[in-house]
Amino acid sequence: MSDVLLEPRSAQQSRLGVIDCDIHPMLRSAKALHPYLSQRWRDHFDSYGPRTPAPFLRGHAYPKATPALSRRDTWPPAGGPPGSDLAFMRQQHLDPLNVEIGILQVLFPSVKDQRDLRLGVAMSTAVNDWQVAEWTEPEPRLRAAVSIACDDAEASATEIRRCAARRDFASVFLTPRTSEPLGRKRYWPIYQAAAETGLPIGIHTGGTNGHPMTAGGAPSFYMEDHHGNAIAMQSALASLIFEGVMESFPDLKFIMIEGGFGWAPSCTWRLDKHWARMRDEVAHVKRPPSEYIRRQVWFATQPVEEPERPRDLRTICEWIGWDRIVFATDYPHWDMDDPRHAFKVSMTEEQQRMIFNSNARAAYGL
Amino acid sequence: MTRHVVARCDEIPPGGRRIVMVEGRSIGVFNLGGEFYALLDRCPHQAGRLCLGDTIGLVQSREPGSYEFSRPGELLKCPWHGWEFDIRTGQSWCDPKRTRVRTYPVAVESGESLVKGPYVAETFPVSVEQDFVVVDI
Repeated sequence: MSDVLLEPRSAQQSRLGVIDCDIHPMLRSAKALHPYLSQRWRDHFDSYGPRTPAPFLRGHAYPKATPALSRRDTWPPAGGPPGSDLAFMRQQHLDPLNVEIGILQVLFPSVKDQRDLRLGVAMSTAVNDWQVAEWTEPEPRLRAAVSIACDDAEASATEIRRCAARRDFASVFLTPRTSEPLGRKRYWPIYQAAAETGLPIGIHTGGTNGHPMTAGGAPSFYMEDHHGNAIAMQSALASLIFEGVMESFPDLKFIMIEGGFGWAPSCTWRLDKHWARMRDEVAHVKRPPSEYIRRQVWFATQPVEEPERPRDLRTICEWIGWDRIVFATDYPHWDMDDPRHAFKVSMTEEQQRMIFNSNARAAYGL
Repeated sequence: MTRHVVARCDEIPPGGRRIVMVEGRSIGVFNLGGEFYALLDRCPHQAGRLCLGDTIGLVQSREPGSYEFSRPGELLKCPWHGWEFDIRTGQSWCDPKRTRVRTYPVAVESGESLVKGPYVAETFPVSVEQDFVVVDI
């Protein structure tokens, strides 16, 4: 007996190497980006700061469930916000969960939604260089997603090509909430560059575009805002299909991250039904939506659905396809999933290997 | 069941807690207004370190815009996904029938009675003058 806080589950460490498609690194402070910005943009960043269509410069439109929207035990003992300390991330996350490869998704600072596109482009190269210097080089288990200021699609394409030359980058970062729906022509240079370089597009929940979170307007509660994430994913998927992105870039892969996946079967059924009846409106879309989804889309698990009857989860996985589901934790955020406990349903060894490892290898080309 | 002396009473003041390792298990011992309770430090949802969570009160509402706050400090909120448990019973607030965290009987014993045995914990110095928290596992 002692007061030492031991990890109670250390004996149950997963033996299976996990590929975690969603880890959030954070800047230790706003100035942590300084070494990667030119003097001109450093001065601008300090004087004016980043600016998105969000109503507040600091914080969120809706108060998140926890400070820094993070698990309460993820604040590094050495200081700084959750996700800002690589040594602590190794100790708390990568090592005990046996993470073989972790894909970084930078949410903050928000590069993608910068209003001043020149600053956004400067921030995108800075964030990408920061990811390499402070994360993927010192920790080979980590891979980065290319941060882009997506409203400048040409500059984004240039940045994708610059980063794709390095093995440090595994995907391109986008979100379902952009100035216009993701399939719109203005974003096609991004898809062109990604297709050419072989990087998949990771569509991570979130983004700030100035529109209310729901189709009915601005909701009252964070819970509604949070629920809207899954709806926004469905809209993004429909846009990518019906605008013809998947038809025109047949080899481009998409990974839908942090939108859950329980909705995917019914969404696919509906899209197919609409297409079957009204496809002359979108004559450029040659195949039923389900074919594009089956060919080009992977779904990340987190937050894992928790149906009343756990076995229903198996049915959902079967509808989507066991080979199209990739695992994600969302560390260090408050709604993260632990690979040892998130699935309340039994899986065969083969299904585990697919979801926790080999599907992500196929999706990201790892 | 084996009884384990886990702390001197004055080491866990009202509103306080101590996390101890007993028989390889991490257990949180809580003092609610002078009464002691012990919970397994493992959330039944996804096995988060429950006993590192905040102690909170109960927020209820009869209608939108009206909130009632009661039972301050009597619920424990998991530091991961925010599941709330009654420290006294281990019951989940949202799913009381199916989800419960393991609880352990706790007693306060005088050092005098502990010294007489048969419950003296070999690893914990027990003195006659003080009271101790004893957990049954």
